[in-house]
Amino acid sequence: MIARVLRAMLEPALAITLSLLVLAALLAASGYSVHDALLALWNGAFGSWSVVASGTLVRATPLLFAGLAVTVAFRAGILNIGAEGQLLAGAAAATAVAVAVPSVFGIAGLILALVAGTFAGGLWAGIAAVLRQRFGVLEVISTIMLNVVMLHLIGILVRGPLQEPTRTFPQSALLDAALRLPRMYPGTRLHAGVALAIVGALALAWFLRATAPGFRLRMTGANARAAASAGGIDVARVTMWAFIGSGAIAGLGGAVEVTGVTYALYENLSPGYGFTAIAVALLARLNPATAIGSAIVFGALEAGATAMQRDAQVPAGMVGVVEACVILVLLASEWIGARAGGWSTLIRGGTPSAGASLNTVPQ
Amino acid sequence: MVIPSGTDRVVITPAPRLALDGITRSYGPVKALDGASLTVAAGEVHALLGENGAGKSTLMKIVYGLEQPDAGTIAINGTRTAIRTPREAMSRGIGMVQQHFTLVAEMTVTENVALGGTGRLDLKAVAEQIRRISAQSGLPLDPDAPVRALSVGAQQRLEIVKALSKHTATLILDEPTAVLSPGEAADLLAWTRRFADAGGAVVLIAHKLREVLSVADRVTVLRRGRTVLTASARDVTEDSLADAMLGEATASPDGIFMPRTGHAPWPEIATPAVVTLHDVVASDEHGVERLHGASLTVHGGEIMGIAAIEGAGQHELLRVIAGRLKPSRGTATLPPHVGFVPEDRHHDAVVLSATLTENVALRGASDRRGRIPWNALRETTATLMRLRDVRAQNEDVTMGTLSGGNQQKLVLGRELADAPPALVVENPTRGLDIRATAEVHAALRAARDAGTAVVVYSSDLDEVLKLADRVLVVAAGRLRDVGRDRDAVGLAMLAGGE
Repeated sequence: MIARVLRAMLEPALAITLSLLVLAALLAASGYSVHDALLALWNGAFGSWSVVASGTLVRATPLLFAGLAVTVAFRAGILNIGAEGQLLAGAAAATAVAVAVPSVFGIAGLILALVAGTFAGGLWAGIAAVLRQRFGVLEVISTIMLNVVMLHLIGILVRGPLQEPTRTFPQSALLDAALRLPRMYPGTRLHAGVALAIVGALALAWFLRATAPGFRLRMTGANARAAASAGGIDVARVTMWAFIGSGAIAGLGGAVEVTGVTYALYENLSPGYGFTAIAVALLARLNPATAIGSAIVFGALEAGATAMQRDAQVPAGMVGVVEACVILVLLASEWIGARAGGWSTLIRGGTPSAGASLNTVPQ
Repeated sequence: MVIPSGTDRVVITPAPRLALDGITRSYGPVKALDGASLTVAAGEVHALLGENGAGKSTLMKIVYGLEQPDAGTIAINGTRTAIRTPREAMSRGIGMVQQHFTLVAEMTVTENVALGGTGRLDLKAVAEQIRRISAQSGLPLDPDAPVRALSVGAQQRLEIVKALSKHTATLILDEPTAVLSPGEAADLLAWTRRFADAGGAVVLIAHKLREVLSVADRVTVLRRGRTVLTASARDVTEDSLADAMLGEATASPDGIFMPRTGHAPWPEIATPAVVTLHDVVASDEHGVERLHGASLTVHGGEIMGIAAIEGAGQHELLRVIAGRLKPSRGTATLPPHVGFVPEDRHHDAVVLSATLTENVALRGASDRRGRIPWNALRETTATLMRLRDVRAQNEDVTMGTLSGGNQQKLVLGRELADAPPALVVENPTRGLDIRATAEVHAALRAARDAGTAVVVYSSDLDEVLKLADRVLVVAAGRLRDVGRDRDAVGLAMLAGGE
């Protein structure tokens, strides 16, 4: 058991180490002090309880939500690259509801906002789901396009219907304090959404492993033809709902980000959480429980990058190299390990226990 | 070769255009070709015959450089040569039109012919070349037509013109008439005759014997990877060819091949009908009608064998009986549960990346609610593994780690686990070794004896005859009952549409 866990951790650990080495080489080549920069990165991520709570964990939360969204989709054989747009859709809908409901609603208003975000994310993914089902549009392309559409929609919203009352800045009004997610630890930005994300990850892991709909989802993703022929599974239906569910999880992540961290809607709300989420999901080998750990790794990198820019004057974008390298190393190790097949085996994932894998679904 | 003979006379004995000798090719434990030979001379249409899996296509893929032989020699015009790629085959004057066309539907005829050329692309010159070849060869084609607008027959002409544009002297046609209407087929066969008369050589792979005999100069028959007959077409008949293809009915101590004459119903069964089809019409996934009005009844406690050549409609028939395909017309009365063991195990029956337990849980997955009782399913799986002698470490390993035989035994066990009223199996022993084959056969007989209505299709006619209590032939989308006599069944299979 322990040996199995260690073996499962070997590859992600290797990927992160290699990527950090690449970052170090890049820093050295650019003339920065590798020691100072990496120290700033570490301190910014894990230096104190307060940076862990306010920085790393808060940054990890939207990454975890979006990572779970990607996990659900990939496990069902759907290449949803649209977590970014679905997260933004959730943020926009949550904001719209939160600024509209009277503050006397209190916690009910907050829940309403979170539910609205969840629905909006599901709806936004639903567009790509219908396009795939009805017209065979590749979801990789449609979701990337829908990301761009949503980004511009937010731009319109924060300059139009949702703009703050003074009509000066391209952002929404600040949410009423009663509609914000409660803080869990005084003096830090650690909000209840962090706990929600972790509970959600564990619940999703249980859903996929133990329940009949979760089983159907995994089998559909692993081999849709066999799922239909041997299991009698309505794979079109399962795929549709998995796609919508994936978007809903990302949408909830966006709603949590607005009600827990930013308290307002604006264009640069997400620094690409939905894209980093793909790395989060792949690093976790498409296991929702493991995704908690990989979201924290990437949350730490994002938090540390800010500190590195402040304390060592290294552009935060450098850290993006690490994220890209992690994906490349993981893909390369899959490539080397792959016995046959194309794209499907490149992003094969699975858990040591379930061993389910990701395959693209033949149309 | 020029051989001086006597003082002033010169006898020219041309080396054969193509000579294959002792070609062997194995795929794992399966010998697809086992010392096959074939000689084709210029000026002849040479028919290559054999059952499904006899090795025809493999042999031609070797000639065309798509596969490499394990042993044996290839000689072209008397010179030993190696053909490593289709490009090398083309440069030696060999062209092939495969069963599944290799055309780009979005491009025009000209662009498709220009594909694979080198240097500067001169579409006008290519179009001119197509017009010239069309005129010379009598294969009408519009160079500017988009391929998607062409009929199947025109697409085939394009494939041939494509081959001719590479200066093909030896043309291989793999079941060219299978996709054509009778008129188009007749035109094509007449064309092969003219091509050969003009000095070309044609290797024609075909199933329909009458058609073959109408055009071929010589025939070669492969059986189980070996050349069993090479003869002039004048010296053979449909019957003798069928015998050569199917082999002598091997002596059978248990009376397996007892010929039964007439159309007496077999056997007299008192058990109730489990599966009833009435005038069922069904189409494949492309919407092409493959089954034209099939009626049959399968009773509990019998094994119904289905005999057919590739693509005769048995694929759709089996799926209708298994409840996996809705008939487009007619009625199918089926029990609520039908076990199904499809031939493409890796795509249709198992999830290789999932555990054995998960694969067993797959059956009935659509009806499950709430939590899945994994512990109980683990035990079910372990029991199945013991019962069906599935060799694996435990029930938690992934399906992909098992051998094909063990996978198949587990699939069969899963499909029979809840004692279904009916079971449909398609090529149940393909790729299995002798031991696993025997185990699968025993399991099918045991299911029959337990009262299940079993429907078996195998591309190996001997397997069908060995297992079945009753045999139906599917030919060109229609069902025929010609009894269980091997020759009669074989002829009915090859007869084609009536």
